Amino acid sequence: MEKVTRIAGRAAPLDRADVDTDQIIPASYLKRLERTGYGDGLFSAWRKDPAFVLNDARYAGASVLVAGPNFGCGSSREHAAWALRDGGFRAVIAPSFADIFRSNALKVGVVPVRLAPAQVERVMRAVEADPATEVEIDVAAGRVRAAGIDAALDLDEFTRWRLTEGLDDIGLTLRHEADIAAYESRRPTWLPQVAGAPAAEGSARSATAEKSRGNT
Amino acid sequence: MPAACAAPTIVSALATRTGTTLAQKVWAKHVVRSAQGEPDLLYVDLHLVHEVTSPQAFDGLRVAGRKVRRPDLTLATMDHNTPTDDKRPDDLAQKQIEALVRNCEEFGVRLYPLGSPEQGIVHVISPQLGLTQPGMVIVCGDSHTSTHGAFGAIAFGIGTSEVEHVLATQTIAQARPATMAITVDGALPREVTAKDVILGIIARIGVGGGAGAIVEYRGSAIRSLSMEGRMTVCNMSIEAGARAGTVAPDDVTFAYLEGRPFAPKGTAWERALDEWRSLATDDGAAFDREVRIDAASMRPYVTWGTNPAQAEPIDGAVPDPDAIEDGAKREAARRALAYQSLRPGTPIRDIAVDAVFIGSCTNGRIEDLRAASAVVAGRRVRSGMRALVVPGSARVKEQAEREGLDRIFRDAGFEWRNAGCSMCLGMNPDVLRPGERCASTSNRNFEGRQGPGGRTHLVSPAVAAATAIKGAFALPSDLR
Ligand code: SF4
Repeated sequence: MEKVTRIAGRAAPLDRADVDTDQIIPASYLKRLERTGYGDGLFSAWRKDPAFVLNDARYAGASVLVAGPNFGCGSSREHAAWALRDGGFRAVIAPSFADIFRSNALKVGVVPVRLAPAQVERVMRAVEADPATEVEIDVAAGRVRAAGIDAALDLDEFTRWRLTEGLDDIGLTLRHEADIAAYESRRPTWLPQVAGAPAAEGSARSATAEKSRGNT
Repeated sequence: MPAACAAPTIVSALATRTGTTLAQKVWAKHVVRSAQGEPDLLYVDLHLVHEVTSPQAFDGLRVAGRKVRRPDLTLATMDHNTPTDDKRPDDLAQKQIEALVRNCEEFGVRLYPLGSPEQGIVHVISPQLGLTQPGMVIVCGDSHTSTHGAFGAIAFGIGTSEVEHVLATQTIAQARPATMAITVDGALPREVTAKDVILGIIARIGVGGGAGAIVEYRGSAIRSLSMEGRMTVCNMSIEAGARAGTVAPDDVTFAYLEGRPFAPKGTAWERALDEWRSLATDDGAAFDREVRIDAASMRPYVTWGTNPAQAEPIDGAVPDPDAIEDGAKREAARRALAYQSLRPGTPIRDIAVDAVFIGSCTNGRIEDLRAASAVVAGRRVRSGMRALVVPGSARVKEQAEREGLDRIFRDAGFEWRNAGCSMCLGMNPDVLRPGERCASTSNRNFEGRQGPGGRTHLVSPAVAAATAIKGAFALPSDLR
């Protein structure tokens, strides 16, 4: 992941609660095999409405999205975070985020910025009144500055460290390989194992040997 | 359990109460590493994989020269973008399907592909194989992984980067969630099903009501549900924003599991039973949040809006946004009614429906199909109605056909399909046309979820079936 130390720029106001992942990117756009190329799908249904905020030229090039509570609810699709990133967004400011979206966004380097509802409201109004309003998310210093607000960035130390260093999570975990191996040696033996058989053979064998007893 | 288990640290305001919850017990048994200021590293007992959220993860492994650490704890199938009729997938879908086949071959992961007798919706096949067991940690690149919590497992959805992480390390880094109890006590009224229980819960606590928590569903009404009913309830935990949903394992759980292909056998079964019986929440344990609901207050529900909390009893009417106090909820209700093309005050039973979808990981199991078929037997779907039954897995389909349910559905005018997600998500050929109104047994009624411009109403299988016959929302008892 790229290092994320500071995000500064203009913001687009999306004053809706419970913006779900099917709005951020509908399932019909999820057929790609890559992690990029999702910009077309970003809010594709809402963008058909000429009055939708992201069709407003004054917000073109915004790098921050300001939204209502429970942003990103619904599916686990990381494509939602990819689509936001492909659409130029580096951060989303909202009163709350759905858990899986939040963790996906952090993996992708799109920073979920949680502020108190009244603070989000203030940023929202400022951005609506003046699209040139600058918003700054200083990840390194752990501050959010916008519309006269100077608030602490609601990210724990560990997460900020990962972001600012651009660390690979898998690499981090593999430093604890010995702990994983030790855990594995203690797992109960009766836990199920799916034989790692090649695809075709696996399904053919399962058809006979693992006769399901039906579903009663 | 062996000493792998770090002692459970219970962060609770009610530290004076002693005891541990189900979720805390399962969590503690899976901590590989715990460090101050860092998320816990949890071991994953089972990783389920499907075609849509995995290709980038396998690519990541390839680029970094990594292997799948435990192919024996990984299972793949295809369900999301696969057609459920006998037609070919579209080119893009086909590419994803081929990528999954290639990836599984290259990395040695067992795959149940299209046409395999074990293929189906990922959350339907794992329980029916007996792979989903109490006390496990189960993850999948799909938010409805919460389904598996019905067995007393901790099961949650993850994104593609996390899929890659689990493939490479068989672990997942997770901050410890809060615990939440939702207790439904008492007898459920007639015609109230598991689907209505969870719709009723979400209507009460809201789409963010479970945020940050692992919910444990408790109480006599939950205990009285079959395993399939409990799966329906846990499935929609994510619709309340919860990280996961659980039900303590009991004799219903064990009876369901015994004899399934991957369930432990012989002495291993006995040892597993001892372990599973110890998982239930201790009597003195405290939850961070608690909600109590009287089962008698539950009704058969129909969602009218575009989030799953926007539901009304079928006896009710479309609400008037002006009467909603909370400003954000009022605005959301206005938008929802505009999208759904509904007028406030319209009785739910007066809403005419164009399509009925019976299926999905919420309600695509054999009991769901039995319940629906009992309603439609000897009747005909309303003329002009498009009605689909899509079994959740090839095994469910086979079982239903053995019981003659396919005949009942076909004779009534339903299409009888192959297993898959079908019209749940608007990704494969089964989509609503713009403006089409659908009674659906699935889990999400977001704008365009079932196809651009489509209008979704979430209901139980029994209500979906009665609605197909009547042409407007109906209970089975309305048909007499
Ligand atoms: S049936 Fe629907 S909710 Fe379930 S896994 Fe498939 S797409 Fe997701």
